[in-house]
Amino acid sequence: MACAGGIALMKQSMRKASATLAIGGLGVSLILSIIAFTDMLQTWSLRANTTQTINFDWFDLGATHLQLGWILDPLAAVMLLMVTFVGLLIFIYSTGYMAHDENFTRFFCFLSLFAGAMLGVIIANSLLLLFMCWEIVGLTSYLLIGFWYQKPSAAAAAKKAFLTTRIGDIFFLLGIVWLFAQTGTLLFYNHGAGAMEPAALAALLSQPAALGLTAAGAIGLLIFAGAAGKSGQLPLHVWLPDAMEGPTPVSALIHAATMVAAGVYLVARVYPLMNAGAVAGGSTVSLTVVAWIGALTALFGALVAVAQNDIKRILAYSTVSQLGYMMVGLATGGVAVGMFHLITHAFFKALLFLGAGSVIHGCHEEQDIRRMGGLSKIMPVTFGTYAIGMLALSGFPIFFSGFWSKDAILGAAHAWPVSKGPFVLLLIGALLTAFYMARQVAYVFFGSWRGPAHTHAHESPRVMTLPLSILAVFAVGLGVLGTPVWPWFTSFIESKPLLVDMHGFSEPGLLPLMGFAILLVFAGLGAGWWLYIRKAVQKPATAPVHHHAQEHGDEPQHRPGDLVDVLESGAPMVWNWLANRLYFDELYAVTVLRLYAALAWLSDWLDRRFWGGIVAAVAGGFRGLGWANKAIDSQWIDGGFDKGCEELVTGGGLLAWLQAGRAPGYLRTLALGVLVLVALALAVGAATGQVHP
Amino acid sequence: MTPLAAYLIVAALVFAIGLAISLTRRNAILVLIGIELMLNAANLNLIAFWRFGPHSSGHGDGLTGMMFAIFSIAVAAAEAAVGLGLAIAYHRHAKTTDLDAMTRMKG
Repeated sequence: MACAGGIALMKQSMRKASATLAIGGLGVSLILSIIAFTDMLQTWSLRANTTQTINFDWFDLGATHLQLGWILDPLAAVMLLMVTFVGLLIFIYSTGYMAHDENFTRFFCFLSLFAGAMLGVIIANSLLLLFMCWEIVGLTSYLLIGFWYQKPSAAAAAKKAFLTTRIGDIFFLLGIVWLFAQTGTLLFYNHGAGAMEPAALAALLSQPAALGLTAAGAIGLLIFAGAAGKSGQLPLHVWLPDAMEGPTPVSALIHAATMVAAGVYLVARVYPLMNAGAVAGGSTVSLTVVAWIGALTALFGALVAVAQNDIKRILAYSTVSQLGYMMVGLATGGVAVGMFHLITHAFFKALLFLGAGSVIHGCHEEQDIRRMGGLSKIMPVTFGTYAIGMLALSGFPIFFSGFWSKDAILGAAHAWPVSKGPFVLLLIGALLTAFYMARQVAYVFFGSWRGPAHTHAHESPRVMTLPLSILAVFAVGLGVLGTPVWPWFTSFIESKPLLVDMHGFSEPGLLPLMGFAILLVFAGLGAGWWLYIRKAVQKPATAPVHHHAQEHGDEPQHRPGDLVDVLESGAPMVWNWLANRLYFDELYAVTVLRLYAALAWLSDWLDRRFWGGIVAAVAGGFRGLGWANKAIDSQWIDGGFDKGCEELVTGGGLLAWLQAGRAPGYLRTLALGVLVLVALALAVGAATGQVHP
Repeated sequence: MTPLAAYLIVAALVFAIGLAISLTRRNAILVLIGIELMLNAANLNLIAFWRFGPHSSGHGDGLTGMMFAIFSIAVAAAEAAVGLGLAIAYHRHAKTTDLDAMTRMKG
C-alpha cells in the first residue's frame, strides 16, 4: 500500500510535476499512510503480529540471491504518518514562500523526489533498498541546499553536505557489505531468516571482530557512522548549519523534520542488531558509543546555538543538539523513547523553521536576528506559533510535546546503567536549549525594530501561516501520546498492550527528575528573559565600532550599527569561541583538508613526474617506431604501390573507352560476336563433316 | 506438307529482319521490337524442329519442344515488359527514346 504511494510519488516527480501534482501526490501518500496507520492500529488492538513485510527477489548472482522488500510495522507507520503530514504542510507553505522564484517547478520536482525517497527509506525492509533510497535522499538534499546555485556559498554548502554525509555513507556501506557477508541476507525481517531476527543475530554475536567487538557490534558501529553523517552527529555535523543556505522550506523539510531524522530512524531500525548481546543492567559497545556521541552532540549543539546570530543557524544547531537527544534516547531507552522525540521534534522544529521562514520572508530576506526586533506586534500569527514551537523545544512543562519526549529521554539516560555522563550532558543541554531559544525569541519578537529604517516587516500570506497554525496544534498536542500515565506511543511501537497506569508518575525518581528538568527549563528561560527582555534590546544610539581580530564565516561578524550581545561584552573569549562553532570547521580545514591538499599535491607530483615520465617514455618509443615505419613506407612500399596505381589508371582508361555508354554500339558488337560465332560453328562443322554447306 | 526447310527459311528471314531493325534503328522501342522478332524466329525454329523431330506425336515426353517454346515465349514477354518499362522510365526522365542520346553511362 504505502510503497505504492512512494513509488507513485517518485514517478510524478520524474515527470517534473508542478506544485499541484507534488502536493496532490503527497496528499495521496498521506491518505495511504493514514490507511496503513489505522490498519496497524487494528492489528495492534487485535494483538496480532504487527510486522508486515513484502519481500521479492531482486536478482540472482551465482548462488547468492538478493532480496528486497517493503515493511510495515508500527515504527514505519508512525514515521510515514509524520513525514507525509509534515511534508504536506511544508509543501503547501512552499507555494507561498517560493511564489516569486523562477525555478518553482524545479523546486517542487526536487521536493517530491525527496519525499518519495524518504518514504522509501521508511518502508524499506532491506538495508540495501534503504541504502539506495538513502542515497537518493542525500542527492536531493544536495540539490535542494544548492537550489540557489548562483550563490557561491549555497553551492559550497551543498558540496559540503554531500561530501560530509558521504563519509558516513562509506562506513554505512561497509557495514552493509559485512552484514551481507556474515548473514547472507539484508532483509530486516523475513519470517525468521532476516538479519534483525534472533537466528542471524546469534550468528553475528558469535563472530569476533577486532578490538574485542563482536561482528554485531562492529557492524552496528559502522551503520551508526552512516546515521551520524545523515543526522549531523558530532564529528560529521559540520554540514548541517551550512545547509541553511537552501530555501527555508527545505531547511524545515530536510534539515529539521525528515532527512536528519533518517539517521535516527536507521538506528531505530537496526536497534535489534545494536542491542544484540546486551546483558541485563548493561549495554552493548555500540549503544554506549551512540549514547556518548549523542550526548556530546546535544551539548555541543546547544552551546554553539547560544552564540549564533543567524536565525536559521540557531535552529540548525538546535537541530544538531536535538538529534543528539534522540540518539541518546535510542541508546539508553530503546526505540520508543528516541522515536517519540523524533516525532515531536519533527513537528515543532518544522514549525520553528517555517516560522523562521515567515520571519525572513516578512523582513525582506533578512536573516540576522540583530536586525529584527519587535515583530510580535507586526506578525502576530507567526509570533504565536513560533512561541509555541519555542516552548515545545525548550521543554516547557505539561502542555508542550517537547517536555514529555525530552523528559522521557532524560529519564532513560538517568536510568542508564553504564554511566551518568550522558545524563549530565543532556541536563546542561536542556538548560542551554531553553536559554538560546529565549534569546532568539527576545531578539526577533521583542524590543523595537532594528532593521534599516526604510524597510517594514509584514505578516506572511495565509498559505504560509495556516501550516504554521496546524503544526503548532500538533506541537502542543502530541505530548499526550507519551506521558508516563498513558504510554500510548511506547506500547504502540513495541506492540505491547496499552495500560493506563496512574502510578506512572509515582515510579521512583521520576517526579524529582521531572521537577529538576522543569527547574532547569525555567532557569534557562529566566536567564534568557533576564538578559534579553528585561533590558529590552534596543538599537544603540551611536554605532559602536568593533575591531575583532578574526572575521570568520560567510559574512562578517559585525556590521556597523549592529548591537553587541550581552554575553559577548561579558565574556568575549567564550563568545568568539562559540560563535565560531568551537572552530570545528577550522580544525577540519587544518587537519583533513590539509591532508587532502597534501595528498592531492603528491598525486599531482607523481602524475607529472613519475607517471608522466613513463608515459613520455612510452610515447617516445612509439614515436620512434612510427618514424621507422614511415621511412620503410616511403622507401619501399610506396614505390610498388605507385606503380600498381599507374597500371590501374591505364587499364581504366582503356575500359572507359570501351564503356561508351551507347546501346547501339553494344548491340552492334553483340551482332558481330554472333556472326563470328556462327562462322566459327560453320567452320568447325565443315571441318568435322557434320554440316554440309 | 510443308517441308522443314521452309520453316527454317522463314525463321531465318524473320531473324535477319529483326537483327537489321535492332542494328539500324535509333528508337529504343523499335530496337526492342527487333529483338522480339529475333526471339520469335527462334521460337519458330523450336516448334519446327519439334514437329519434325522423332517424338512428334504420341507418348511420353512428346511435349518437350512445345514446352520449350512456351517457356521461351513467357521469358520473352517478361523481357519485353522490363524493356518497355525501362524505355518509359528513361523517357520520363530524359524526354527521349533516342538510343544515341543515352550516353550517361559512358565511362
